[in-house]
Amino acid sequence: MQESTNKPEIAVADPMVPALYRVDSYIKESYDTFTIGLRPSGQENDRATDWAQHHSQPGQFNMLYVFGKGEVPISISAGASGSRLLTHTTRDVGSVTKAMFALKVGDTIGVRGPFGNNWPLESAKGKDVVLVAGGIGLAPLRPVILEILARRAEFGRVILLYGARSPRDIIFKEDLKKWKGQPGVIVYITVDRGSSAWHGSVGVVTRLITQVRFDPENTVAMICGPEIMMHFTVEALKQRGMKGDDIYVSMERNMKCAVGFCGHCQFGPHFICKDGPVFTYDSLSSLFKIPEI
Amino acid sequence: MEYLELTLAKHPFFQGLPEKYIKHIAGMAIILKFDSDHILFKAGDDADKFYLVIKGKVSIETNAPPKGSITIQTVEDGEILGWSWIVAPYKYRFGAKTLVKSEIIVIDGFELRAECKKDHWLGYELMTRMVVAVAARLEQTRLLALDVYGQKRR
Repeated sequence: MQESTNKPEIAVADPMVPALYRVDSYIKESYDTFTIGLRPSGQENDRATDWAQHHSQPGQFNMLYVFGKGEVPISISAGASGSRLLTHTTRDVGSVTKAMFALKVGDTIGVRGPFGNNWPLESAKGKDVVLVAGGIGLAPLRPVILEILARRAEFGRVILLYGARSPRDIIFKEDLKKWKGQPGVIVYITVDRGSSAWHGSVGVVTRLITQVRFDPENTVAMICGPEIMMHFTVEALKQRGMKGDDIYVSMERNMKCAVGFCGHCQFGPHFICKDGPVFTYDSLSSLFKIPEI
Repeated sequence: MEYLELTLAKHPFFQGLPEKYIKHIAGMAIILKFDSDHILFKAGDDADKFYLVIKGKVSIETNAPPKGSITIQTVEDGEILGWSWIVAPYKYRFGAKTLVKSEIIVIDGFELRAECKKDHWLGYELMTRMVVAVAARLEQTRLLALDVYGQKRR
């Protein structure tokens, strides 16, 4: 069943006007990936902050505006249960994120949001949860893990399968260590390319799916990563007996307005910013096979 | 069934194989426990063994000067290691080393190959299973070649 209707019932006062936030914390996760924690820059923005921090749901994103450079959609990487700051993690991959990478504590940034729907945590209650993340795709899944850990008794086994390009690309290293130690939580990490110092798994993340135990009849899977990785992950989960409507993916497109006006993020009949970014795989499976979109 | 036969029958590669074959293959096999950093074979060695990992982690490696030894892939619980025992010229193309303490079924590759030639049903069955494993590795290798997590784009 599609659960992308799980939109928080919050009306955005003016979704096109960014609120001013100050960088309150900056953590370098790897050589090119960083986490910024944001706080309202002045009294006049307190209401906006309350709204953004307390009503954002795991899976949603904000539009972050580096003044003079541009605006980009960035997933929220910690919800209210994980941080008191509005937290985003991203890679330095383009001109705007390069400028963001260079931000310092105290700098100002614009924030619009939160936008989009959320991961189906309520549907996952009482079930095993399989989370499959590839690369920076761990960032949008991090709030799910933090929320599950905050409400641990409500969920079954939690399995996190995380694939990174190389050991130096692994993000949230401290979190991964902590999560591994939690009862009923299994964390497997694999890298595409090993190093002499790496004694962990080497190979694609989809391979890990055959190695973990979960009840396919009573499991919800959430996947975030490059589309090709998500496609093969879904195939592997289906081979394990999971049904497509229990498998959720988070899509990434070139979001601009974030409210379904501009059409930049259109994916077939869907606007990723408004109808997504979280979808059941079944609802998109035919679109995945059309190279033109 | 004895422990070795039971372990063979439970390994995903041999699951569902008729008991008479399990018993027969068990006669060519042994279960060994290896410490970490144990070299199982080197590239160019005679491929005289077929390994099935029960528990542990083995790296498939190659030497890539000047980087030195590089892990191409790891083989873990329930997976197979090495198909050179059934592919001429029966030489390992890559090296293999345990990364952690590992428990592995080791089968005599010469004997198993001879048995596959003698008993075509067994030969076809094992070859079919081997192709499934090789196809999965090929798919994984293609995905790795795509470098899906990518480099920076500017």
